Formats: sequence, C-alpha cells, structure tokens
Amino acid sequence: MAENTRTILICSGKGGVGKTTLTANLGIALANSGATTAVLDADFGLRNLDLLLGLENRIVYTAQDVLDKNCRLDQALVRHKKEPNLALLPAGDPRMLDWMKPEDMKKISEVLSEKFDFVLVDCPAGVEDGFKNALAACKEAIVVTNPELSAVRDADRVIGILNTSDIEPIQLVINRVRPNMMASQEMLSIEDVQGILSLPLLGIVLEDEQVIISTNRGEPLTLTDGRSPAKKCYLNVSQRLTGKDVPIIDPKNEGKSLKDKFMRLMQTKVF
Amino acid sequence: MTLRDLINKLLGRETASANTARERLQLVLAHDRVDMSSLTTDLLDKMRKEILDVVAKYVEIDFEEVAVSLETEDRMTALVANLPIKRTISGEIKFKKTDKSDKTDKDIKK
Ligand SMILES: Nc1ncnc2c1ncn2[C@@H]1O[C@H](COP(=O)(O)OP(=O)(O)O)[C@@H](O)[C@H]1O
Ligand SMILES: [Mg+2]
Repeated sequence: MAENTRTILICSGKGGVGKTTLTANLGIALANSGATTAVLDADFGLRNLDLLLGLENRIVYTAQDVLDKNCRLDQALVRHKKEPNLALLPAGDPRMLDWMKPEDMKKISEVLSEKFDFVLVDCPAGVEDGFKNALAACKEAIVVTNPELSAVRDADRVIGILNTSDIEPIQLVINRVRPNMMASQEMLSIEDVQGILSLPLLGIVLEDEQVIISTNRGEPLTLTDGRSPAKKCYLNVSQRLTGKDVPIIDPKNEGKSLKDKFMRLMQTKVF
Repeated sequence: MTLRDLINKLLGRETASANTARERLQLVLAHDRVDMSSLTTDLLDKMRKEILDVVAKYVEIDFEEVAVSLETEDRMTALVANLPIKRTISGEIKFKKTDKSDKTDKDIKK
C-alpha cells in the first residue's frame, strides 16, 4: 500500500449538502493538477457520482465485482476521457449495504492506494453503517456543511464520531454560501459555522446556479472552461488541499453590486 | 454590535435571523454533544439536588435563582452551576442585595 496516498472521506451527516458535487469537482481539479486521483462512490444506496461525472453509461463492473473477484480492479475503474488522471470506482447495488463490513471498504481503498495519489470517498448521508464503512477506508476527512441550522447540527454529530477515530486531519468545507445573505446577517457567517464546529477551514463554495447546469451536462465545473463563482471555489479548495498557500475565498469580497457594498457598510462594527 | 444591529434596535425591529440561528444552534449542540444515554434530564435533576445539598451545608443559597445547565464552547461542554449565595451559615451576610443574580459564579467566570 502506497504510504503517501491520501485517502479522504467526504462526509456531512445531512444529505443534499454537496458531498457528491464536491467529490466530482475536487477529483477533476486534483487530476488536472497532475495527481492521479480515484473517486470512490461509497453511497451504495443512492449512487450519483457517476452521473455528476458523466460516466454513467460506461460502467461495466463495480466495487462489488472487485470484492467478489469477478474482475480485476483496473477493469472496474472507469477512466475519464477528458481527464485521464481521474478514475471512478462505481458503487455496487444497494444490497451491498446488507453485507458490507468496514474491512471490505478498507480492502478496496488499499488496492486503490497502490495506484493513485488521491482517493476521494463520497460518503452516504447519515451516521450509520454506510458512513462507518466509508470511514474505515480513509485516513483523513473533509466535512461538508451549509450555513444552515440542520446541516451544521448534523455535521457536529459526524465530527463527534470522527474525533473518536484516528482520522486526521479533519477539515471543513462550507458549501452554498450566499454573500448577500451573510452580509445582511440572515445567514450564519463563515466565522459562526467554523467557530461552532471548531475545525480548520479548508474552504468555502459559493452558491452558484452553474453547479446545477454543469450537473445537467455531466461535466463538473472544474472541467469546463468558463468562469463561475463555484468553480473558482472548487479550484481554491483543491489547491489548499494539496498544500498550496493560497487564502480562502472571502465571501465579503464576492458581491460586487452597489447593494452588496451597502450591505457591507451595514456590517461595520459600531461598538 | 454592527451598524445594522444598531439601526434595528433604534427602529425596534427584530434582530437578523443569523443571531437567532447561532443561539439556537449553541443550545441544541450543548445537548447533542453530551452522550444522552449517560446524561439525561433526570440525571441532571438528580445532580442538581445533590450539588445543592452539599453547598447548602456551608452557605445559604437563594433557591429561587439556582440554575444548573449545560453550556458549550469550543467543542467542550461544561456543567455550569449558578448558585447565588444569600449568606454564609455563620450568619455573615455576603452578597445580600435586593437585586440578586448580581454576583454569581457565571459572572465571575467571564
Ligand atoms: N454550491 C452550490 N450551488 C448551487 N447548488 C448546489 C451547490 N452545491 C450543491 N448544489 C446542489 O445541491 C444538491 C445536492 O448536492 P449533492 O452534491 O448531490 O449533495 P450530497 O451528495 O451531499 O447529497 C444538488 O442538486 C446540487 O446541484
Ligand atoms: Mg451524494
């Protein structure tokens, strides 16, 4: 097993906060920076990672076939045509949930580690078996949350569990940030969320309708040419993950209209 | 306080919802973070009674104002007991003020 492979759990507790989208975009961005990267769909119940990457029609074998020795690992891996450094190991069918054990996931991540610099594990929602299996396969974790009560609360539960494992480091990504709402204090601020969860902040991702458009096309934003707020954020997260000393994107600098400037003025501390 | 808070206050408007969210979150997490199976409300009640019994042996407590609760900061949950003292048993009057809850351990802690 390659000692320096980074196997990273992408988890959140709550569903729908942006784990799969982050996994896809980060996977492409890391691969594009030259690191061989595997993304593993550990959400056997509700697999989606193949769709986000536009690879759904190219799946022949799955993680299950690798475990059952129906095929070799390289037969199950789906390489991305536009980003050959990236490969997807698809989830098996939902029945895998019944018999999968943490050791099985560990085995999968070990074989992946032999071939890749990064292994990103897209984790299912919840804190039950699916999550615990995925956790067993990883050395570090990224907790994804939104600046919303329920997402932060669920993230906190997940962090509680991660803290009792030997996963390290555990870093935070705050997704679906709306600078305007933060400026008018109608949304928990980055400082609020980070302060409450007390994790090092890896980055933020802005709310961006381009995320939906790129999902429709099956092309993660980091694969596309255009500029978009979320793309900039995903690239920033990817750079910070590989140890580049770049500052976190600050939502306070993101709104550019007169209204945004006024909102910022209103945030000035008066005493 | 921000400019916005100030204006809201002057106009008597509701404060921005992020503040409410933060406060509600802190409360609910304080409870989430202690293992509920080991520290139930019942247990908390029991603990409060026993703490009071011990303290009451030495000082006279203002029972009306007693508060024992869980508070969370930096992922650490603390049991905070707020026990306003009327006087010591020896009869010496300590913090006897008509507006109590003036000097409590919580205030001292800050
Ligand atoms: N930054 C964002 N801006 C706008 N929509 C987003 C953003 N991140 C995620 N979404 C949307 O939120 C939904 C849930 O995202 P997904 O990645 O599937 O979450 P999870 O894997 O955590 O369940 C999707 O419809 C996705 O397009
Ligand atoms: Mg998902």
